Formats: sequence, C-alpha cells, structure tokens
Amino acid sequence: MEFFRYTKTFNFMGKSKLAMILSVFMVMASYGVLLTKGLNYGIDFAGGTVVQVKYTKVAPIQKMREALKSDKLFDNASISEFGAPDEVVIRMKTSSASVTKDIGDVTRQVLKGTGDFKVRRVDIVGPTVGAELKEKGMMSLVLAILGILVYVAFRFEWRFAVASIVALIHDVSIALGMVSLFSIDVNLDVLAGVLTILGYSLNDTIIVFDRIREGVTKNRSMGLEETINESVTRTLARTTLTSLTTFFVVFTLFMFGGEIIHPFAFTLLVGVVVGTYSSIFVASPILLWFGFDVKNYHSKLAEKAKREAEKQRMRDQFESGVV
Amino acid sequence: MKLNYRIVIFALAIIFGVAFSIPSLMQSATGKKITLGLDLQGGLHMLLGVKTDEATKSRIKSIAASIKHFAERNDILIDGLTFNDTSVKFEVLDTDDIVKFDDFFKKIEGSIVTKQGSIISLTLTPKEIKKTKQEAVSQAIETIRNRLDQFGLSEPVVAKQGKDKILVELAGIKSQADEQRARELISRAAKLELMAVDEDRNARVYNMSESDAAEYGDIILSDAKNPSIKYLVREIPILDGGMLTDANMGFDKNNRPLINFKLNAEGADIFGDFTGKNVGKRLAVVLDGKVYSAPNINERIGGGAGQISGNYTVMEAKDLAIALRSGALLAPIYMMEKRSVGPSLGADSIKASMVALIGGFVLVILFMMVYYRMAGVIANIALIANLFILLAVMSLFGATLTLPGMAGIVLTVGMAVDANVIISERIRELIYEGKSMHKAIDEGYANAMRAILDANITTLIASVVLYAYGTGAIKGFAVTMSIGIMASMLTAILGTHGIYQLLENKISKSKNNKFWFGIKG
Repeated sequence: MEFFRYTKTFNFMGKSKLAMILSVFMVMASYGVLLTKGLNYGIDFAGGTVVQVKYTKVAPIQKMREALKSDKLFDNASISEFGAPDEVVIRMKTSSASVTKDIGDVTRQVLKGTGDFKVRRVDIVGPTVGAELKEKGMMSLVLAILGILVYVAFRFEWRFAVASIVALIHDVSIALGMVSLFSIDVNLDVLAGVLTILGYSLNDTIIVFDRIREGVTKNRSMGLEETINESVTRTLARTTLTSLTTFFVVFTLFMFGGEIIHPFAFTLLVGVVVGTYSSIFVASPILLWFGFDVKNYHSKLAEKAKREAEKQRMRDQFESGVV
Repeated sequence: MKLNYRIVIFALAIIFGVAFSIPSLMQSATGKKITLGLDLQGGLHMLLGVKTDEATKSRIKSIAASIKHFAERNDILIDGLTFNDTSVKFEVLDTDDIVKFDDFFKKIEGSIVTKQGSIISLTLTPKEIKKTKQEAVSQAIETIRNRLDQFGLSEPVVAKQGKDKILVELAGIKSQADEQRARELISRAAKLELMAVDEDRNARVYNMSESDAAEYGDIILSDAKNPSIKYLVREIPILDGGMLTDANMGFDKNNRPLINFKLNAEGADIFGDFTGKNVGKRLAVVLDGKVYSAPNINERIGGGAGQISGNYTVMEAKDLAIALRSGALLAPIYMMEKRSVGPSLGADSIKASMVALIGGFVLVILFMMVYYRMAGVIANIALIANLFILLAVMSLFGATLTLPGMAGIVLTVGMAVDANVIISERIRELIYEGKSMHKAIDEGYANAMRAILDANITTLIASVVLYAYGTGAIKGFAVTMSIGIMASMLTAILGTHGIYQLLENKISKSKNNKFWFGIKG
C-alpha cells in the first residue's frame, strides 16, 4: 500500500505565512482562554478532597446534594457524574489534616439512605503539597525544555534548537488552551501528558530537521527554502504514518481507557495533532526566518571535515613513526 | 538463511524478554514480578508530615524531668524550674550546690549551660535542634514501620520524602475497618507519661484556667473515658515512655483487657523513688495527653512494672500494646495527602487500560501489516519483542505498574513502530530510485539511524526529567516510557535489521517489491 507516497514536492514554505497566521491566532486564543477562564486545577495542585462513589443504580445526585448539606465539611462541595450515570465524584476544596478522621467515613455516614453505594476512592491533598507539586511541575517543564535545547543545539545548530523550542512552546500552549477550554481537571497526569507532548512533538520535529540537515549537506546548489520543501515532503509519509499509529492508540486510550485516564488521553490527543502540524508548519519556517545560512553551514562543515582530516593525518603519521 | 550477530543478539533479547516476563504474566509464586500499583490493586497511600517542633519541645521536657529527679536524688534544693521550646531554667537555692550539676550537664549532649548567680539555664544548640528534628523524622519512620510489621500487613512501604515527610503505602487493605485500624496505629503518638497529681491544688481544678495552672507549673488533663473529669498534674513528668522496655496485653480480675508495661532499670529506680516518697498521693497514667487512670500510691513500687487499664476491646488493647512497644513518636504526625483506592476500582482500571492496550496494539499491528506487507510483519515481530523486553526489565527491577504506567506502555506501542516506519520509508525511497532491495535495505538503515537516535534521545531527556521531578504514579509512567524507548532501539533497529540479513538470500533472489515492502515493482 502506498497511500502516502508523495512524488511531487509540495511548496510548504510558500504556505508558511498562512500557517503562521493560523498558529499565532491559535496560540493567542489559547492564552486568551487561559487568562480569562484559567486552568481548572485538580486536587493534586490545588489541594482538596475527591470522593468517588459508585451506586448500584443511577446515582441520585439531587438527593445526595441534600444529604451533603447536613455536614459542614461538604460546604461548597460539587457533585458530578464520572464516566457512567451510576458513578459520581464529590469534590471539595477543603482537606483534613487529621490522620484518624476520614472523609470517606464521613461521606459514608452522610450519604446513608440515598441508596446502595460504595465509596471507591478517597483522595485528600493538603494545600502545601499542592503548592509544592505546582512548583515541581513548572520546574520539570523548564528543565525538560532546557535539556532538549542544549541537546539539539549540540547535535544540529542553535537555530534548529530555537526553532524546535518555539514549536514546543506552540504545542504546549495550544494543548493547555484546549485543556482550559474543555475544563479538564489539571492533575499530575495532565502534566505528564504535556511532557509527553514535548517528547512526541520533538520527535517529529527532529525527524524533519534531520532530513533538512541531510539535504543541506547533500545538495549544495539548492537554496534553503527548496531544501526544506523537499525534506518535509520526503518525511511526509513517515509523519502521517507515525501520527496515525500514535493517534490510534491514544484514541483507544481516550475512548476505552476509563474515566480516570481521560484527562491524560485528552491532552495527548490534542498534542498528537498539534505536534504533527507544528513540525511541518512551525519549526521549519522559523528555521528559514531566522536566516539559517546554508553557505555558512557548509563552510563550517568543510572546516570540520578539514580538521578531522588533519587529525587523521597526524594520527597516521604518528602511527607510522614519523613525527 | 544467513546467521549474523544482529539476529543472535535479537534472539537472546527475546529469550531474555520471554523468560523474565513469565513470572509477571503467569502471576507465578516465585521469581521477580511486576507489582501492581495501589491505583490498580487498591490500597492506601499516605503522605504524612512530622511536626518536628514538637520533638525539641519534648526533648526539653524530658531534660527538665531528669534535672528534677537529679536534684531530688542528691538533696539539692532547686526552685523555679521552667522551660520553653528550646531551653530550661531553674534556680539553685544553695549556690554551693551549683558545681554538683557539672557532671550531670556534661552528659546532656548539644547544650549550652549559662550560669547567672544562682540561676542556671540550659539551651539546646541550633545544631542539636536540627539533629533532634532529623531524628524525630527517622524515628517516626522506624516506629511506623515497626508498628505496621506487627500489624501483619504484607510489605508496607514506609519511606522518607523530602526533609520531614513520610510516605506510607499499604497495599491489600480490603475493608474500611482495616484502613481505620491502620491509620490509628500509624498516627498514635503512644506517648506514655507517668505524672504526679498536684494533690495540694487538685480540688480547685474545675475553677482553674490553663494559665492559672501554668503558674504553679501544672497542667490540666482530662480523663480518657470521661472528658468532663479533670486532673491537675505537674507539668514535668516523673518519667516517660522512653524508659519503657515492654508492653503486652493482659486481663484484669474481671477479665477486662489491660496493658502491662515494664520499665528499664533507670525508670524502675525513678519510679521506686517517687512512689516511696509520695505514698498516699495519686499517680496519673497519661497516654497521649489523656489520663487513663490515677491510682493511689499505697506503698513504694519497685521492680518497674505497671498497668494501664481502660475500657478497651481486645483489639484496641492489642494495637495499643503494639504502639507502646514500638515506642512513642517523638513528634506528632499529620496527614498531608491521602489516596485510597478500593480494590474494585483498581480492577476496573486494569480492565479499561487492558482494553485500550489490546485495542491499540491490534490496530497498529494490522495497519503495519496491510501497509508494509512483509516489512510490516517484521516490524510487528519487533514490537512484540519490545513488549516482552519491557515487561522483563520491569519485572527484574521489581517495578511498580501504575495506571499512568499502563498508559506509558500503550504509548510505547504507538511510538515504537515509528523507528520501523522511518526505516521502511527510507528503504522504499531507495527502491523508487531504482536500487536493488538488498542495497536499499543496507542504505535505508544507515540513513535512518541518525534521525532515530536523535529523536529517541530527546524523548529520553523528557522522560528522565519526568522521572526526577515526578511523584508516585507519574514516575511509573516515566519508567515505562524510558524502558520502552531503549528496548525499541534494540528491537526496531537491531532486531529488524538482523531479520532482513537473515533473509538476505531470499530477498536478493526475489524481485517482489510488493511482497516485501508493499510497493509496486
């Protein structure tokens, strides 16, 4: 099967202005949503309590609301369906620091008489833990980006590194914007999802960059824009295929992975789509705009080759005893 | 068929993978296995904070108690013995006696003694305070571990986190009652103090405020059974649980459970001295700030044995004895984070993620086979080998499989075929250019290598950061991702190349591009 064989080189860079407008719009919109609506921090980061209750029949949410009013602990508690009509979660901002008094027990007491149910999960996170995790989360994002920046700069060139980081920030911004837009609970797993997007999107970008690097060294007569177009076209089959297989598994995870994994799968789903787009339409054009100098790169490569040759010559001389 | 080093390594890797993943897959009794995380098998996860300030306070309190005892023993008259969080102060009435304390003070580590006329004050050094706090945390960990071991749970995890936090993970807690018991056992301070009832003023206790009591160097404690009954006791205890050597459950005359305890030699001495001097007065047995009994002292009690009676059930008495035996917590603990997952929810999570894993896996396998034909089949062999190696390495490390870890495996399936897609596309390109299949394979691998390495290494960087900064379940995700990436380099690059080389003769003879790579000749 050769669905994705592309014999003719697409003029991606010709469309790059249009893509840039779309990207800038998406990123701005994402920040707009983030600023106005904000992230819906779950208990991992904000602290609080989550109690998951499963009824044998459809959960009587209205009745539960009434019942919860009897205990002050549940002031401002919200009840929402969780994946299925018989399963609900109760969320509260408060958390108790007592080791012996348990909110699960209290819930069991308070909800008595609302039906036949089981408390399946009780998560309590104190406010200090949440703040610490938030800090650690930010730290891990920054560190991951820095590590990648250094590696790519070392393996390619600094403009490649900057371009890939811009693409990463683009992806993460849009993913977070979507998470905010759809009011997904931001817990540790969403952070893990975002970091996975970093890895995935970078994967894509690097594959394209590798082709560009190869193209630049092989076809010396070709201009950068042409080289980029050709390289992106040549990796297009791979980009589509891998994106598809990854999309398959993330989508099954999203559909069938269960309610708990939902926020994580959602983040990834957005990331796969945006990450694929960005490696073609964001990372590569930036390379062009930053004025990656093909001639300069060639002379550098030539110099490097010369140095290597010189070293080799010295080594040979040394080995044969002529110094 | 042509043997080559690649196929040999690949075969060994597969044997390794299958052999070491069998214990996990079959859930056999022996061998190293992957353990299921608490979110998958159900259990209790707690992050406990330690109130380390309380540790220095109680250290000071016990120094004060020993000063008092030392003075009484050596007939030194002292007055105004007071203490705050980090220091003790008292006055020696006969200034000639001050020197008598010199040897005694030398024995108290990490303290600075200053004398101003007849007033002596002893302050803990900042270094000592820090040490005391650290000890409080490590002692709490040790104590909690001891208590849980005696409680009879399988493999409880008790580990230090950060500077003053303790992670406790209990798998296999099945019922609510079990959980409640475990939590009470862990959090119980189990601080036993024997205190003197201030008989001179006790009659007025109901008209006294805390600060009134403090003026006399007393504190007000309530009765354990009936909180409305109050006792006025001397704040500095006669002795505390540090001198306890053993505690066991026993029964009284009426067959009610009680706790028998024994004191060490020093404690027995102090206890004997005190009871000898205070016949007719009452002694309060105080546990965790509550008075359990306040019997009259009828005679000097030697031997250092005592009892705590209360309205216990057998279970409560047993747990209390465990707590006392394993020692008091030097500092109280409080809940910072608690996650409890019922076993049925864990089972549901496993089911759901298995459906996703198998579903995604089947989709990817079918897709690769249809799109690449033989090359796809070879890639699929690598993918399956990858999964086995991933399981084997996780089993060997005794890694914990969490829900995010499952997601990591699912994702590995999607991304592991990437390397083969890259390679196959390169090979196809070369065939389009008119190269022979044999040549295209060799060059394809060479061309693809750099891109695959760079891409995988950057993903690894992200995973490592995730591991270093993640907590609990997220770490599990990072681990499966990292192992998956490394295993895929072995299987998808080396393994598949080996298979092609093995089939080299067949490929060279065949002109069937469609069969091998799914493209038109």
